[in-house]
Amino acid sequence: MPGTPFSAAVRQEDGGSVIDLVGDIDRNAGDRLTAAYLEAVAGRDQGSPVVLSFRDVDYINSTGIAVIVTLLAKARAEGRSLRAWGLSPHYQEIFQITRLADFMTLYETEPQALAVT
Amino acid sequence: MAVKNLRRLRRGERRQQTDSGFPSTPTDVVEAVPIDDNDPLFTFLLATGGPIEVERINLESPALSEIRAQGVQLIVPLIAQGDLIGTLNLGRRLSDQPYSTDDRKLLAGLAGQVAPAIRVAQLVRQQEAEAKERERIDQELRVASLIQQTLLPKELPRLAGWDIEAYYQSARAVGGDFYDFIPLTDNRIGLVIGDVTDKGVPAALVMATTRTTLRGVAAHTDDPGEVLFRANNSLIPEIPPAMFVTCLYGVLNTETGELVYANAGHNLPYVRTASGVSELRARGMPLGLLPDMNYEVLTARVEHGETMLLTSDGIVEAHSPDGDMFGFARLQKLVGGHEGGPDLISAILDELHRFQGFDREQEDDVTMVTVRRLSSALESATAFGDELGAIASFKLPSASGNERKAMDAVAEVAEGLGFSGERLQRLKTAVSEAAMNAIEHGNKGDPALLVEIDLLANAQKLLVRIRDQGGGKPIGAPVVPDIEAKLAGEQSPRGWGLFLIERMVDAMRTSVDGHHHVIELEMSRGGN
Repeated sequence: MPGTPFSAAVRQEDGGSVIDLVGDIDRNAGDRLTAAYLEAVAGRDQGSPVVLSFRDVDYINSTGIAVIVTLLAKARAEGRSLRAWGLSPHYQEIFQITRLADFMTLYETEPQALAVT
Repeated sequence: MAVKNLRRLRRGERRQQTDSGFPSTPTDVVEAVPIDDNDPLFTFLLATGGPIEVERINLESPALSEIRAQGVQLIVPLIAQGDLIGTLNLGRRLSDQPYSTDDRKLLAGLAGQVAPAIRVAQLVRQQEAEAKERERIDQELRVASLIQQTLLPKELPRLAGWDIEAYYQSARAVGGDFYDFIPLTDNRIGLVIGDVTDKGVPAALVMATTRTTLRGVAAHTDDPGEVLFRANNSLIPEIPPAMFVTCLYGVLNTETGELVYANAGHNLPYVRTASGVSELRARGMPLGLLPDMNYEVLTARVEHGETMLLTSDGIVEAHSPDGDMFGFARLQKLVGGHEGGPDLISAILDELHRFQGFDREQEDDVTMVTVRRLSSALESATAFGDELGAIASFKLPSASGNERKAMDAVAEVAEGLGFSGERLQRLKTAVSEAAMNAIEHGNKGDPALLVEIDLLANAQKLLVRIRDQGGGKPIGAPVVPDIEAKLAGEQSPRGWGLFLIERMVDAMRTSVDGHHHVIELEMSRGGN
């Protein structure tokens, strides 16, 4: 079964920017994710968080983890908070194992992710 | 028994003694005269019981004429247990006097002592000879059964999705039954069952030759008809004229269940299907009789849940105490009435023993092979008990994205085994990562190179073995990636694969040889 192609759409909300991730996250997602991030932060100040929505993501592999690590490194270098919500229990576990969750807080819902300042 | 002993004596094994001085010198001994047991003299001497002058016997007897011609005067019958076991024939007395009453008493007494002693000696000698003969036969049986045991497969093939069972019990006089499994390429296996007409060492030797010939020929051609054609021609000069070999040869594709087969006069295989029993009928002459025989080639298909039974004629030709034959009809009915699981063999044996009587010696070798296509992965895993059995295998070209195919294929089998929820997700991630390593690192993304995935299971656990063609370099131990260093840009953001796999499964093992990397993932089947 071929995977679902990756796409990322940016929404600007009151508490920050949301990137709706859809499809498989592997190495092919890198360029599109970086572009979405740049779009998300454009015009927002450094204190405005970026929330990744994983609600429509079914598959993340190790190359996808690497893509997220790269993005997280970029956000941290800029002093911007990167957050996540909508991960399935399995990928929540993987984010714990890889310690990604130590540097990118996981939330149950999108409002929760946006509520923290 | 008595008659046999007597015959030995009559064949002249023992010499009759004459008294001294007869016929020309005192120490002369003449040839024993055999007395046939239908010679009237035989009955006469037995009836007389004591020493008797030859001249007083008036019989039409060939033996008597001969004895008379030798100049014998007195015959002393040697009788033990009511049987005439020999005679003491005496010529003229040295004094030329007739034998006195005392002489005859003495001789009668002597005969009474000697006869039982000779009888005992005869029995001892006979028993020794019989023991020697038994020893010879036993020795031959041991050799025959050794040849047979050596050549029958030691292990049954383990094929993903199949359960193969075999039974072989030799009769006391070891027959020439054999079966074999010949590994072929492309998920195929050659199935052989055969029977040499004859018993003992000669049959075992012909069986050995046939087996080797079939293996040799099967390696060179896929067509079972061609295999039997060539085997027949090479066996003709090797087989003694009075012997021949019946043999079924089939090539089973374990992926599709397709069986291409040809038959050299062997019993027809039965296939237990959902609707009944079908016979796999293909015509052909036994091997070793006539050169250049053609063998009909037919194709059948063994579906999921179906069982094929191959037998030797020791079953259908078994007799009941009343002399009835077990017969094909009874066997076919048994197969049809059975659900076809691995205990079909024991069901047939039970019926066979009931039929021929439990205490009776088996007449001929009994050989059975069952080939069952399992109906599901779950059944595959339980068919092996504690032993790990192959339940599925896949091969994928090393193209990017095929790790998803590997993951989904394994997941489907695992779900059949009862994996679900978190543990299924963990297995999927581990398989996907391992397959990706095999595609990208082991096989360097070369689509011509395959990633081979084998699933093995028993009641407790599932093993997934993923093998690539990139041997030589060892797989390093997984290192715990340092996320701080990665986030600080001091380390590549990659390098998560092996670490993730190890955390996802209950156990991970890697190995490498000159040609392959193998990574083995183990997941307990409990806790789902």
